[in-house]
Amino acid sequence: MTNSEKSALSRRTFVKGSALAGLGAAALGTTSLFGCAPSGKSEDLAETGEEIQPVEEKICWGHCSVNCETRCALRFHVVDDEVKWVETDNTGNDEYGAHQLRACQRGRSIRRWINHPDRLKAPMKRVGTRGEGKFEEISWDEAIDTIASEYQRILDTYGPEAVYCHYATGVNAGNIGGFLSRLVNMNGGSLRRYGSYSSAQISQALPWLYGGRAANGNSDVANSKLVVLWGDNSCETKQSGGGPTYHYMEGLEKSGAKVIVIDPRYSDTAAAHADQWIPIRPGTDAALVDACAYVMITEDLVNHDFLEKYCIGFDDSTMPEDKKGKGLSYSDYITGKGEDKTPKTPEWASAITLIPADVITQLARDIATTKPCAIYQGKGPQRRGNGEQTARAICMMAVLTGNVGINGGNTGSDLDSFYMPASYGVPSDDNPVEVSIATFTWTDAIDHGEQMTATKDGVRGADKLNVPIKMIWNYAGNCLTNQHGDINHAHEILADDTKCEFIVLWDTFLTDSAKYADILLPDLMPVEQPNIVQSEYSGNVAYAIAGDAITSPKFERRTLYSVLSDVADKLGQKEAFTEGRDEMGWLQYIYEAGAADDPDQPSFEQLMEQHIYMVTCPDGEHVAFKDFRDDPEANPLDTPSGKIEIYSQALMDAVADWELPEGDFIHALPVYCPEVEGYDDPLTEKYPLQLTGFHYKGRTHSSYGCIEVLKKANPQELWINPLDAQERNIADGDTVRVTNDRGIVEIVAKVTPRIIPGTVAMGQGAWHDADMNGDKVDRGGCINTLTSHRPSPYAKANPQHTNLVEVAKA
Amino acid sequence: MTQYGFHFNGQRCTGCKACVMACKDKNDLSEDINFRNVHEYGGGTWTQDEAGCWVSDAFAYPVSIACNHCAKPICMANCPQGAISKDDETGQVWSDPEKCIGCGTCMNSCPYGAPKVDMEQMKSVKCDMCADQVKEGNLPICVAACPRRALDFGEIEELRATYGDVAEIAPLPAASETEPCLVITMPRNGKPVGDTTGAALNEREIL
Repeated sequence: MTNSEKSALSRRTFVKGSALAGLGAAALGTTSLFGCAPSGKSEDLAETGEEIQPVEEKICWGHCSVNCETRCALRFHVVDDEVKWVETDNTGNDEYGAHQLRACQRGRSIRRWINHPDRLKAPMKRVGTRGEGKFEEISWDEAIDTIASEYQRILDTYGPEAVYCHYATGVNAGNIGGFLSRLVNMNGGSLRRYGSYSSAQISQALPWLYGGRAANGNSDVANSKLVVLWGDNSCETKQSGGGPTYHYMEGLEKSGAKVIVIDPRYSDTAAAHADQWIPIRPGTDAALVDACAYVMITEDLVNHDFLEKYCIGFDDSTMPEDKKGKGLSYSDYITGKGEDKTPKTPEWASAITLIPADVITQLARDIATTKPCAIYQGKGPQRRGNGEQTARAICMMAVLTGNVGINGGNTGSDLDSFYMPASYGVPSDDNPVEVSIATFTWTDAIDHGEQMTATKDGVRGADKLNVPIKMIWNYAGNCLTNQHGDINHAHEILADDTKCEFIVLWDTFLTDSAKYADILLPDLMPVEQPNIVQSEYSGNVAYAIAGDAITSPKFERRTLYSVLSDVADKLGQKEAFTEGRDEMGWLQYIYEAGAADDPDQPSFEQLMEQHIYMVTCPDGEHVAFKDFRDDPEANPLDTPSGKIEIYSQALMDAVADWELPEGDFIHALPVYCPEVEGYDDPLTEKYPLQLTGFHYKGRTHSSYGCIEVLKKANPQELWINPLDAQERNIADGDTVRVTNDRGIVEIVAKVTPRIIPGTVAMGQGAWHDADMNGDKVDRGGCINTLTSHRPSPYAKANPQHTNLVEVAKA
Repeated sequence: MTQYGFHFNGQRCTGCKACVMACKDKNDLSEDINFRNVHEYGGGTWTQDEAGCWVSDAFAYPVSIACNHCAKPICMANCPQGAISKDDETGQVWSDPEKCIGCGTCMNSCPYGAPKVDMEQMKSVKCDMCADQVKEGNLPICVAACPRRALDFGEIEELRATYGDVAEIAPLPAASETEPCLVITMPRNGKPVGDTTGAALNEREIL
């Protein structure tokens, strides 16, 4: 039987009198405490007068698959092939180290996603113009014929470099999304991409300093005396009961470390943990670092032994020979002996950061004298027009104080973790296409790809692109519009179907991106198919969660794998693609292949019985660059010198022939540089407020963004300080318009003292809701109506937290 | 009589609302009804120093609250139908749907906002301590849900012995009003009942 035949048979609704009725009775309190019927048996409802048969309830394991950078276990109570309610991991005694992988409010609301009446039900083709959102149901045969023939036509006409697998993170499950690259790589591959929307600036910048991007697992704060969360809002972003917020809590309760939170917002992390909150003007973190460095250098609080032994470029003694005596070292720059002859004093930084000079001085002394000190940056500070400089600069706090490579310290980078010994992924050939673009620049690659070059646009693997993007595969992602910069600009490019000629897109809902599909396919949730996922950031305890399909497929929904198998069949590659396996066969194969790296892993049968497999860090805590710290000769870093390169000649050499637009800076030193559309941009005359995004607790990016109960509990609002609101005659709860030259968002104002004056903030990921043939005013509160598509200087990445706006009552 | 109650650890809670949503899911509550709410209390002022820098004493903290199954339940005292009673064995405050007429007096009396009127059924509804779960030896769903292990449940005397006897915090009412079966561990920046330096900051989220 085919999957579609199966799904046709399995369409069913709740059987009247199934256990839901029992829930209603419990909520009404018809039963005295401890006197109600056992779970899973329906209550007799006297009013209906109908005889109700007890229904069997089964409990199935799965996980929440969205991209919050943690993973949680879910236990589905399933009755009559429908999810009735959802628990999280409640097994064991929940002792820290063998703790339950408890889900946050998002995972706990997954039933309303799974059972949502608006879920896509059948394959569709576009019938209106791109972006209009008009579709017509088609058969799977027609969908697969169209995909295979269009794919073949584009390969024949333009070659594989014109094919693009879009950045997409709505489904994080090792055994699912990888099948797309498996198929594409069997057919000549596709245009590569580097970087992400999450961490592009930091991931591209830190290798110049450290040879890589790495941090201590955050459970290691158990060994810290001081913890500085520099734009790290893990308690809101990564709420998992097995993830960073839980590890911070346990670690801090153990160590009793003082916590300083640096953030423009008094975030939930600040509320929960901060002994001190330092509000900062967005985009100026590196200026704060520079001034702290000034205090540490002039008060002789830096760790000279560490700087001498492990670093180059702090002062002339460790500068490259040909750069000595020229005022190019870090110390020279900070103390005013460098190119700009400006000492980076606390007073200098206070005018930039809006932090009082005495607060800066004390922060520097606290960081330098409290050992060990863990500096963790979040990814907010780096998601900006000067994010590469900021990310490297924050790390300098750890470098100057010698907190790198030790327990209780950190590199200053963002979260990292102990990971499982094996990773479970779909096997695939290498992508034969060598050229890549920065992930954020895909709209340029559609619009004028053949004009994109290595020195101007960050094209890698070739001097330039040969062809524009002509086809997009988009599996479970919302980055065509909603999560990309400048939606109105992306709309113009995508709406022209002579540019990108074919877009095939899978999702569970008609997301804003899905409106731009030519073929739109109804996906199954990861838990509606065999699934496995591995932990991402989880301190010193890594884990995998595995489960079988919790229900049979409903309506015409199919797995990605089964659809691609049929496409492969049309292309004459079915055997090569499937190797004769079904979804569960592949899950087993992928997992068992992990035994090569993890001989101790349980058998597949055992895994599917226990559902959770946990591995504890054998070293106690994951400490980044520990080998290097212990023996730098034997374990050099992956930098040209093998040391921490405070001064990076390699970076300067790499960009020597780059054409940087005016206002963009790439500096050899990890120091503050202004940003285009920053606080000091002349554009502030027209748009005086800075607008920053943040990761909102009611969604993960745009995932869960249409779940009504979550929207009610976590309303989409613009955070604005009472002083800024008063100036504009805005009261809490007023509807306001947030405006710049790129767009208009209509949104409710949350007037709150929890944000620094001069800055407003909007949780990212809300669903764009605008009439794109009309006024284009976004009433969904999507920040990307206002963000820019101008990439950052080095990573060519998304500066989505760098925006200038004005706010007025609607 | 055994009296059960909740413990709220304000030093652990981040206001993440996993408790709210777990309860909503398990009880299949409509969009407009919560049996548990997370209040955001905060305040503070902003002043600019001579250099133009900002100085602030802003603060905020969350408080997660459901029905406190009070020792002196004002909902029970005020119910015109006599529909509300306290369970002899557990101390659960519950409303008998056969007597309840959905008039909303309980909802309007309760200083914690615990009872609601389900407008479809015209009955008072609220937290029942997850009777079915507890009977099976499990914790109430909100307690078992908390990613930060900030909630606990048990016999109130045991909770008080373990966590102390604080039962009030801004923006909640004074404990003397209804004698809630609740123990609070104060958040690091928690303010006492009657505090005037802050205000409830998330009223639109309270259902």
